[in-house]
Amino acid sequence: MYQYSDFDDAFVRERVAQFRAQVERRIDGNLTEDEFKPLRLMNGLYLQLHAYMLRVAIPYGTLNSRQMRQLAMIAEDWDKGYGHFTTRQNIQFNWPRLADTPDILDALADVEMHAIQTSGNTIRNVTADHFAGAAADEIADPRPVAELIRQWSTDHPEFQFLPRKFKIAVTGSPNDRAVTRAHDIGLRMIRNETGEPGFEVIVGGGLGRTPMIGKVIREFLPRTDLLPYLESIVSVYNALGRRDNKYKARIKITVAETGLDEFRNRVDTRFEQLRSQFGGADLAMLARIEQAFAPPAFRSAPLGQYDAAREADPAFRSWTDTNLAPHKAEGYAIVTVSLKVHGATPGDATSDQMRALADLAERFGHDELRISHEQNVILPHVHKSDLPEVHSVLRKHGLATANVGLISDIIACPGMDYCVLATARSIPIAQEIAQRFDDLKLEHEIGDLKIKISGCINACGHHHVGHIGILGLDRAGVENYQITLGGDGTETAAIGERAGPGFSAEEIVPAIERLVHAYLDLRGSKGESFLQTYRRLGIGPFKAALYPERVDAHAA
Amino acid sequence: MSRHRHSPKVVTASSLLEGDTVWLTADDRWTRNMSEAELIEDEAVAEDRLLFAISQPDLVVGAYLADAAPSKSGPIPVHFRETLRTKGPSNYFHGKQQQEQAVAPASNFEEA
Repeated sequence: MYQYSDFDDAFVRERVAQFRAQVERRIDGNLTEDEFKPLRLMNGLYLQLHAYMLRVAIPYGTLNSRQMRQLAMIAEDWDKGYGHFTTRQNIQFNWPRLADTPDILDALADVEMHAIQTSGNTIRNVTADHFAGAAADEIADPRPVAELIRQWSTDHPEFQFLPRKFKIAVTGSPNDRAVTRAHDIGLRMIRNETGEPGFEVIVGGGLGRTPMIGKVIREFLPRTDLLPYLESIVSVYNALGRRDNKYKARIKITVAETGLDEFRNRVDTRFEQLRSQFGGADLAMLARIEQAFAPPAFRSAPLGQYDAAREADPAFRSWTDTNLAPHKAEGYAIVTVSLKVHGATPGDATSDQMRALADLAERFGHDELRISHEQNVILPHVHKSDLPEVHSVLRKHGLATANVGLISDIIACPGMDYCVLATARSIPIAQEIAQRFDDLKLEHEIGDLKIKISGCINACGHHHVGHIGILGLDRAGVENYQITLGGDGTETAAIGERAGPGFSAEEIVPAIERLVHAYLDLRGSKGESFLQTYRRLGIGPFKAALYPERVDAHAA
Repeated sequence: MSRHRHSPKVVTASSLLEGDTVWLTADDRWTRNMSEAELIEDEAVAEDRLLFAISQPDLVVGAYLADAAPSKSGPIPVHFRETLRTKGPSNYFHGKQQQEQAVAPASNFEEA
């Protein structure tokens, strides 16, 4: 893992000291809220529906056990004993007091963490494949590049006041687990025909009120050109992006209005100016960062214990079937720890659970943890012979839910239970759906199905790329839920299609149930997923299942 | 053309230090209990009371007028968003609903 340099440490400490003084001046009346708000947002402090909320960056979702324990301590000492892991691999504390936030930031700095650029019109926390450095299908570990981008973008003087926020995601695998096509810039690590490493650069993707799949601006960018090229894109956007209309200010609109070819030409022109200015310092830095991401010393051990436990314990077998992913090292597995207990809040972990995860990472996982944008925690390097014990510890802490990738593994934004922007609640809908399908004992039969729920048009819950997306709206003072179908956040990315009129909070779970039963009836074989069935048949039969009364009306 | 009918309002905001929901009372205090809030029937008075709230940036943040309805026990919310603000989130027993159950007085908020 990357460790802070003296420069990083001094910078973060200085920012905390500045913020401490700003909070003091706000409390003693020397700063107005208008003056203070941009300062607190620069440090990740929001004011939400019931309290302040502190959003802490977890760069590319990577944590060690010490950091996880510190998050547990913060949750316990300054919050309500839990944290909420977000769809951008961050953690949010929902109940801090204003006066405590400088102390919280100091505690974060103690473990090389911060909340800088988790808000505001800046380059936000860079996200990456949560299986980075471990996945069997990976070309290269995307984290060194993500760390380079983090250092380049942090406090970048030209990019602190962009037209709008800016999100970058990186994947090192052809199987896109980082939703790169729905980011302002998506980077896919590839090799060209001569084997040279580089990136496919995708620009102008995004969800929100105008969802768009990103477009390829550069089919192959040599690895050595990465930072000057990124700087060129953001620089052109900074000049062209619309500051007159918040809803048209994201780069997706800039690219759409400028035209991809013209936008690309401008980026290329800027790139010619900038390239020489980098002078190799970026590459020297990348080389240093790469050393910090050397793979751990994997061991070999017999797998007898693992096989025997699978044979003897159906709960363990079921968990290994759903929650493990193939690791690049022989005998190892990637463990996804589900934060989706049926009926619980997606993405929440208590301080005790965080400590249990930190202990497991330290004992069995080469001291590494990841947070996925799907709001789960990953132990990226666990030897299979250790899995029975890992599973047994997870069980003790309510962390052994065997549902990763299934219908109850729902992404949900905080919604109106916490968020000031929300138009409806999302958490209770997620809880009810998960509980309902657990009661029906159907989720393993249903198989791979991603439900994603947002409580407003801003789409933090990624509903546009859910196989089933749910968008909560306020219709004349009543919560109303719209369904989209066929969305996909992977390398075959697609924006879901709106099914029709929305459903009330009482109607939405039965509607999802009708939809799923229709899929079970329609699928060609047990192996055909919901998304495959949808792509084969189109929206028609699913609409008919959602709105049976309309079919009846037509037939009459 | 008939004028848009003014619905009763309360002045609400977030407290500066805690960030939690507070309401303005008729005697110029900030309360954490909506039933103690001043229900304002007159539109002009409501605007005036909002200006009064905004003039206290050292106590509250983001003051606005919210629709409310009268009840035997004082003003109650009309919109579900405001209902959530009077209670707290629905996934945990946190926020106002937790404070109400506490034995200690609900409010030690200083008078304006």
